[in-house]
Amino acid sequence: MPELKSIIESFLFVSEEPLTLEKMKLALPETDVKAIKEAVQMLKDEYDHRKGSICLVEVAGGYQLRTRPEYADWIRKIIQPSAQRLSPAALETLAIIAYKQPVMRSDIEHIRGVDAGGIIRMLLDRKLIKILGRKEIPGRPLIYATTRHFLEIFGLRDIKDLPVPKDISDLGKPTVEAHEMTFPNNIIPTPDENT
Amino acid sequence: MFSDIYKVQLENVFEGPMDLLIYLIRKNEVNIYDIPISLITNRYLEYIEWLKAMNVDIAGDFLVMAATLIHIKSRMLLPVHEDSDEEDPRQEIARPLLEYLRMKSAALQLNERELLGEHTFIRSPAKTSGAGNLQDREIRVDLFELIQAFQRIIDNLSPDIAIDVIAEKLSIKDRMIELIWLLKDRGSLIFQELILSLDGKIEIIITFLAILEMVKRNAASIIQHTDTGNITLYLNESP
Repeated sequence: MPELKSIIESFLFVSEEPLTLEKMKLALPETDVKAIKEAVQMLKDEYDHRKGSICLVEVAGGYQLRTRPEYADWIRKIIQPSAQRLSPAALETLAIIAYKQPVMRSDIEHIRGVDAGGIIRMLLDRKLIKILGRKEIPGRPLIYATTRHFLEIFGLRDIKDLPVPKDISDLGKPTVEAHEMTFPNNIIPTPDENT
Repeated sequence: MFSDIYKVQLENVFEGPMDLLIYLIRKNEVNIYDIPISLITNRYLEYIEWLKAMNVDIAGDFLVMAATLIHIKSRMLLPVHEDSDEEDPRQEIARPLLEYLRMKSAALQLNERELLGEHTFIRSPAKTSGAGNLQDREIRVDLFELIQAFQRIIDNLSPDIAIDVIAEKLSIKDRMIELIWLLKDRGSLIFQELILSLDGKIEIIITFLAILEMVKRNAASIIQHTDTGNITLYLNESP
């Protein structure tokens, strides 16, 4: 049998989506998860040590081979990036959904003070957010959450990996009360779509 | 004072009242935890006046904020009992402002990350392998997309098909059994084609419910094709 880490490398090479440990385990029933995890880490170290253009990143609950950011300008010479940049307004809306999920449209509009309908539709189209369901309150409004695709695009391991918003230092003295950015406990994790 | 206002650059048009308020707070270099409410309210109203003078339609949101500011200002004028635990009326505006600023900073931080398709790239076999490939890129659909597809089909039905007064004794269970036989026979079914082959709303609804029931019981799965938008039904292998 060839080396475990080489087998895993081949898996990673052919995977379109971040590859989860569970999926690797399914393909390698004889090997225990701990050994797989170690092999992934060895592989990761190897890529880091080699200092080539490819690295192994942990993203959206799995592992994925990606190019290093230093090569982005070169890569753009041979392929057309398909993604269009998000406008500041769209990014703010997405940030609110990411940090406050599950949220209703009115929550978003309450924070930003402007209509969010158009931006929500665009984010849904780009599969960055999804409809989780309806809230059981009058009017049964839709509730939104981010998708796994969102984690992939922003290179996040999971929703808890979101950066903590920086303090607003340029606007007056900080006080104790206003600074805690707590994360709601009732976050619904993005369902794993691997089954 | 008005010359001040005219310096507002046009490319910097405020998207909403919150943006305007933050601009005013930054510009006047005031402390967000101790907003001089009178000053900010005046500046805010001047800006609104200016917008009016420029014949810009003011969105209702701007007026709501103006009312909120004036309300806070009037509450500030009321005497406060020394031992009262009433909070500073300015909290009404400071709290949402801080929250908004926090989200703005979060958005900036998100944007600074190494974005996929922008700074970092992955192999994309689906795009390079050309058309007609059996391994077409597929995505899983959620319930809402399925319901939307159903709604589209119902909308497209010609009215004469829809009239069907005879109640047919078609049960969801029977339809599920039929579907399973069909799936076993053909391997997969395209949702749109399946529905179009049926007559009458009742039959379509029963079929739709049967599909939902099968998915719920994990007997079948639904997959939507990225490019064509076709929704395909597959039979799950029984465990």
